[in-house]
Amino acid sequence: MSWIDLGPIDEIPVRGARLVKTHVGCIGLFRTAEAEVFAAANKCPHKGGPLSEGIIHGQKVTCPLHNWVFDLNTGEAQGADQGRIETYPVRLEDGRVLLDAESVSRRSAA
Amino acid sequence: MQKLVVIGAGMASGRLLEHLTETDPGAYEVTLFNAEPRGNYNRIMLSPVLSGEKSYEEIVTHDDDWYAARNVTCRFGEKVTAVDRARKVVIGENGEVPYDKLVFGTGSSAFIIPCPGHDLPGVVAFRDLEDTAAMTEASGTPGARAVVIGGGLLGLEAAAALRLRGMDVTVLHLSGHLMERQLDEAAGYLLQKDLEKRGITVMTRASTKEIRGNGKVESVLLEDGTVLPADIVVMAVGIRPQVQLAKDAGLDMGRAIKVDARMRTSDPDVFAVGECVEFEGNLFGLVAPLYDQAKVLARTLLAEEDAFKVKQLSTKLKVTGCDLFSAGDFAEGDGREDIVFRDPARGIYKRLVIENDRLIGAVMYGDTADSNWFFGLIRDGEDIADMRESLIFGPGFQGGAAADPLSAVAALPPEAEICGCNGVCKGRITQAIEGGATDLGAVRATTKASASCGTCTGLVEQLLAVTLGDGYATPAAQPMCGCTDLTHEDVRRLIKSQELKSQPAVWQELGWTTPNGCHVCRPAVNFYLLADWPLDYQDDPQSRFVNERNHANIQKDGTYSVMPRMFGGMTDASELRAIADAADKYGAVVKVTGGQRIDLLGVKKEDLPGIWEDLNNAGMVSGHAYSKGLRTVKTCVGSDWCRFGTQDSTGLGIKLEKRLWGSWTPHKVKLAVSGCPRNCAEATCKDIGIVCVDSGYQIGVGGAAGMDVKEVERLTEVATEEEAIDMTVAFVQLYRENAKYLDRPYKWIAKVGLDWVREQVVDPATRAGLIERFDISQTVYQKDPWAEHVAERRARYAPLADLTLEAAE
Ligand code: SRM
Ligand SMILES: Cc1cc2nc3c(=O)[nH]c(=O)nc-3n(C[C@H](O)[C@H](O)[C@H](O)COP(=O)(O)OP(=O)(O)OC[C@H]3O[C@@H](n4cnc5c(N)ncnc54)[C@H](O)[C@@H]3O)c2cc1C
Ligand code: SF4
Ligand code: FES
Repeated sequence: MSWIDLGPIDEIPVRGARLVKTHVGCIGLFRTAEAEVFAAANKCPHKGGPLSEGIIHGQKVTCPLHNWVFDLNTGEAQGADQGRIETYPVRLEDGRVLLDAESVSRRSAA
Repeated sequence: MQKLVVIGAGMASGRLLEHLTETDPGAYEVTLFNAEPRGNYNRIMLSPVLSGEKSYEEIVTHDDDWYAARNVTCRFGEKVTAVDRARKVVIGENGEVPYDKLVFGTGSSAFIIPCPGHDLPGVVAFRDLEDTAAMTEASGTPGARAVVIGGGLLGLEAAAALRLRGMDVTVLHLSGHLMERQLDEAAGYLLQKDLEKRGITVMTRASTKEIRGNGKVESVLLEDGTVLPADIVVMAVGIRPQVQLAKDAGLDMGRAIKVDARMRTSDPDVFAVGECVEFEGNLFGLVAPLYDQAKVLARTLLAEEDAFKVKQLSTKLKVTGCDLFSAGDFAEGDGREDIVFRDPARGIYKRLVIENDRLIGAVMYGDTADSNWFFGLIRDGEDIADMRESLIFGPGFQGGAAADPLSAVAALPPEAEICGCNGVCKGRITQAIEGGATDLGAVRATTKASASCGTCTGLVEQLLAVTLGDGYATPAAQPMCGCTDLTHEDVRRLIKSQELKSQPAVWQELGWTTPNGCHVCRPAVNFYLLADWPLDYQDDPQSRFVNERNHANIQKDGTYSVMPRMFGGMTDASELRAIADAADKYGAVVKVTGGQRIDLLGVKKEDLPGIWEDLNNAGMVSGHAYSKGLRTVKTCVGSDWCRFGTQDSTGLGIKLEKRLWGSWTPHKVKLAVSGCPRNCAEATCKDIGIVCVDSGYQIGVGGAAGMDVKEVERLTEVATEEEAIDMTVAFVQLYRENAKYLDRPYKWIAKVGLDWVREQVVDPATRAGLIERFDISQTVYQKDPWAEHVAERRARYAPLADLTLEAAE
């Protein structure tokens, strides 16, 4: 895998998220703890809510529009709701957030 | 015999020499350099030396006899200044030594923040005996003050030791909680509480700007302007591998000296061991892996096969009474699950992280008896599927009990106040119950607890259950959310009576079953904390719904609406011009709202700071159309223009809005002031509605015109404008202090009764107290969030990165 450096983790508030625009659409980077970041699609499968604006709790995010809850590990909607968001490999090195280049490249978009 | 030169007599190279001389004493003729004027000692025990619990002599690992018996030539107190690999010689301050094999064991040095004043005498690190001696000396002066920068392992051990020596100690920590690399917030909160109990002051989110002093340290200045007097400043913010020498010698470097699994550098005759090593991208800062390295290197030097592997590490803090344990990796992984156990009464917190039926991380505080067992499970990657349910209770407790929902109330001290209205504490209630008051009515009759507004009823019931045991069946109350069994009212009361001032404190002391709440409880708890402790608690944007976090209303397409305040519905030509310009510039749709102001719809998130700045420049502030807070104060034209107007309704509306704006409330609050009973401002269906009459002002509360339509009920009548403002402010504060999150005033009044509300607001002393507390809160919260975000958080409104702009691969 080749990794893209997106910047220092401190640019994302703890239990907050930031957006990254990519060829496969907008991706939310969700910082769930001091040293824990997940990457997942920003768009809610329900009605397109921007998930990076949701409240983050544990390793889950709640959509700001109608409160669907997604597990950031698997991307699966929780509870009675049915749906899934794409998740992307991300890792931390030396306090910087690295995103897998291939999974967001034009090729994977096609 | 081959010549081996070792640079640095530290813990890693010391272990290497032990293995080497034990296995084959005749293999090498060893020369050992050390910059420190002594041989190998147990550096990790400097903490007990600093506290006075141990002496230096007790922590020496290798003394003169040890080196003599092994024919090690010691050149202590001599720094190596260069290595000439071409000639295979090491150059020390006192001359050269040739080598066949060379080992770097130069360790790390403390990182010093390069802020102004960092080089003043009195600024020390915590790395070697000299540092320890300097701190010990400083603690000798009675009343001396120490500031420790860095709340990690080293900083806290230094702080605890200096406190034991009688110093006045403050720890400054940049992050939101202590030891954030090893602990989560709940454990960090408990640790902080324990340290504070011993008299150590802990300041989190504290960033050092400058160290001041004339010839020596005198004080520390923080970014926020706080000045802390200090006789000594200990910097414990991190370590850096000490590798300049290796770099100058031309070895392959990463962040430290690169080695292979046999501890060999890029030069086949040169090796490295300890903290100065980088292996497969990893650096090392704890002794366990260094000992593994030392063993591998000894075998390499004796031409035997072995390979170093990176293993899981665990952390403990060497401060007596602070039992913590952390192990494993919380940073990455798929399909994980948390198991949380909290015992508020005993100050215990345990959290396990499980992935694919394996334990991958553990954090514990307060009870670490089973930590080795958990660490074993993590290290060996054992399958825990069969014991998942009872895992958290440890090896001796398979099939253990579930957490007790009553534990938070059981844990309360007897002096904790349960009933705020009548000032009744837990002790009096339990006494009454033990004295025969075995139901709610009897407790009310004997103690008056829960007899006034009634919001503490749930807690009194729980006390009955705790005291009477199975003999009392608590009526099922609606818990706040899945994270707790407590109701909103219980949580509010407990936050006050236990003086809980942070979210981790609430989660821990009230026994939350999740690591950090959910989207239902977090906004509520955040509001309760900021309403009750405006000066202590820091509002948490991450616990707010998107609109309140971004200070704009999100629309169904992800754009936002922007609505400036228009005090009392009054505006002027220049404001309207600025609004029109902003609408043009940012392509917004313009709508006049039902709240007497103008909404700009369809603004992109990236553009929010820009449009806010433009509106700010025209003198306008946020209208909080998105908040559980003060919304609008509608007015009619009143006595200024209207032939029927009895009082200046517009003026009063403006005054009220200027006083109240910016305040957060349990739900939104809307006001209106009409100039006469014709009521053109629709004051009779607002949360607070004032109708002006000839004799003064009729104040109504608890109106609504949304999902429910309700007419206000009369709170009181007053003669002067000043009294009308006072009553209004006092009512808003009473609502802020008592209502359940997301109850509009009419719902709250229905629960506590209008009579109780009126009693509080009308009583002059109670009213004055309410107003005073409201004004204190406003000193913190009456700030325009738009201006603040433009100045401080502008960058956060843009994407972190735009990878679509990058050239095609
Ligand atoms: C903009 C506005 C409609 C308009 O174009 O006039 C409006 C727009 C919204 N209202 Fe309203 N309300 C507006 C005046 C009202 C009024 C009339 C008033 O204030 O005089 C009411 C009835 C009075 C009352 O509150 O009792 C009103 C009762 C509601 C309710 C029901 C509240 C209730 O307790 O029953 C909601 C839902 C809620 O808050 O949970 C709501 C919620 C909303 C939300 C925030 C829905 C949402 O969550 O996104 C709408 C936001 C749209 C946006 O992005 O701007 N809005 N809303 C009005 C803004 C007034 C202002 O200047 O701030
Ligand atoms: C107060 C304290 C408490 C700690 N507590 C723990 C703990 O509880 N658990 C744990 O696992 N770890 C702990 N550590 C960390 C642990 O002590 C280190 O990981 C370990 O000492 C590193 O060993 P080392 O041999 O790599 O380096 P060091 O022990 O630092 O030895 C390096 C030596 O090389 C010398 N040197 C450097 N450059 C030269 C040169 N050019 N010429 C000659 N000599 C040179 C230095 O003077 C030094 O003596 C603690 C550290 C401190 C300071
Ligand atoms: S009535 Fe209010 S909440 Fe309903 S659609 Fe209109 S603006 Fe939105
Ligand atoms: S759009 Fe996400 S829950 Fe409706």
